[in-house]
Amino acid sequence: MKISDHHDHEHDNHLSDMDAKVRALQTILVEKGLVDPAAVDVVVETYEHRVGPRNGARVVAKAWVDPEFRAWLEKDASAAINSFGFEGRQGEHMYAVFNTPEQHNMVVCTLCSCYPWPVLGLPPVWYKSPPYRSRVVYEPRKVLGEFGVELPDSTKIKVWDSTAELRYLVIPMRPEGSDGLSEEELADLVTRDSMIGTGLALTPEQE
Amino acid sequence: MDGPQDLGGKRNFGPINPEQDEPIFHAEWEKKVLGLTIASNGLGHWSIDEGRFARESLSPQQYYGLSYYEIWYEGVTALLKKHGELTDAELAVGKALQPGLRTDRKVTGEAMPKVLASGGPSERPQSSEPLFAVGQKVRTKLAHPAGHTRLPNYARDKIGVVQALRGVHVFPDTSAHGAGEQPQWLYTVEFDGAALWGADAEPGLSNTIDAWESYLDPA
Repeated sequence: MKISDHHDHEHDNHLSDMDAKVRALQTILVEKGLVDPAAVDVVVETYEHRVGPRNGARVVAKAWVDPEFRAWLEKDASAAINSFGFEGRQGEHMYAVFNTPEQHNMVVCTLCSCYPWPVLGLPPVWYKSPPYRSRVVYEPRKVLGEFGVELPDSTKIKVWDSTAELRYLVIPMRPEGSDGLSEEELADLVTRDSMIGTGLALTPEQE
Repeated sequence: MDGPQDLGGKRNFGPINPEQDEPIFHAEWEKKVLGLTIASNGLGHWSIDEGRFARESLSPQQYYGLSYYEIWYEGVTALLKKHGELTDAELAVGKALQPGLRTDRKVTGEAMPKVLASGGPSERPQSSEPLFAVGQKVRTKLAHPAGHTRLPNYARDKIGVVQALRGVHVFPDTSAHGAGEQPQWLYTVEFDGAALWGADAEPGLSNTIDAWESYLDPA
């Protein structure tokens, strides 16, 4: 699976070769006393099972129901997000950007793969790959179309390029028909893509 | 550096093709590359900026020909070799041939949760007044440095407006090359789409970048 054509799913071609190379690297580093294999396991366990977009969804749902929290998120997103216990690597300096009928926000890292890990987990392959990184900065509407999203012509689009250590979380608009749902039920409507800006929150019928 | 990583505005990479129900990892070895990279970062030999520079220093053929975690594998092996923790001979035989240097800095399994939870904040104390204010027009520098930079090509020599001051942050252009943190004020700068892309911008588009003070001049 090349980074330039990830959609071909060619990764199996590299699999045995890479498997052997990475095993060898781990063996060497462990033998040299530089890496504790248990530390490698902790990293994998953390991002495979503990940290993911459910975290961000809880933040968004709270912002929908609690105006005070929303104001905090607007003023000091790092502190507001830390109040859930979501913190650390690749989320040290968080900023929330709020979608409105007038303005839609999208996040990219054209230079590498910067992404708010504590609230969204590890980025999907498309986010790290050249098609999205090259195109979203000049044709976000076409890109949205490939995610099945069409916005009114009157909605402006702002594309945030994560060129520093600031990490952006998009707060999607609360969907119609979601009145009366609990915070927990609302969180189920918040997709990963809606917090990157390549999607919208689900309506209760879509969920 | 105008390397293969600087992708904003480039053409012909094709459709986005998001994968439905994408797994977090596509192979077991990808997990290990992530874990080994983060564990190796913990030895403290290099900054996050030097790490990025190692990956973007791959040739365009490699960068575009490899998968994401293959790039990470190339990056972490290059960094370990550069800092004397790994040799080609060791990779060839798949075992250690000399002792590690920073074994005292090894991140244990017990310590790793705290390492992940603390991260690596880039903000530093403010010891100077910012040169620019919110709402001020600025022009980004025209530059094509051979070293690391976080000013993307598409946003160089362009006029935008300071949207926010973000505090003082480690300067990647020096931090990537062992020249110290040299922290600077960081700004979010907003550009009208047409100022970056001319008539090729989609209507209603604006773009932002986060720019260190030395990337900017008054306009």
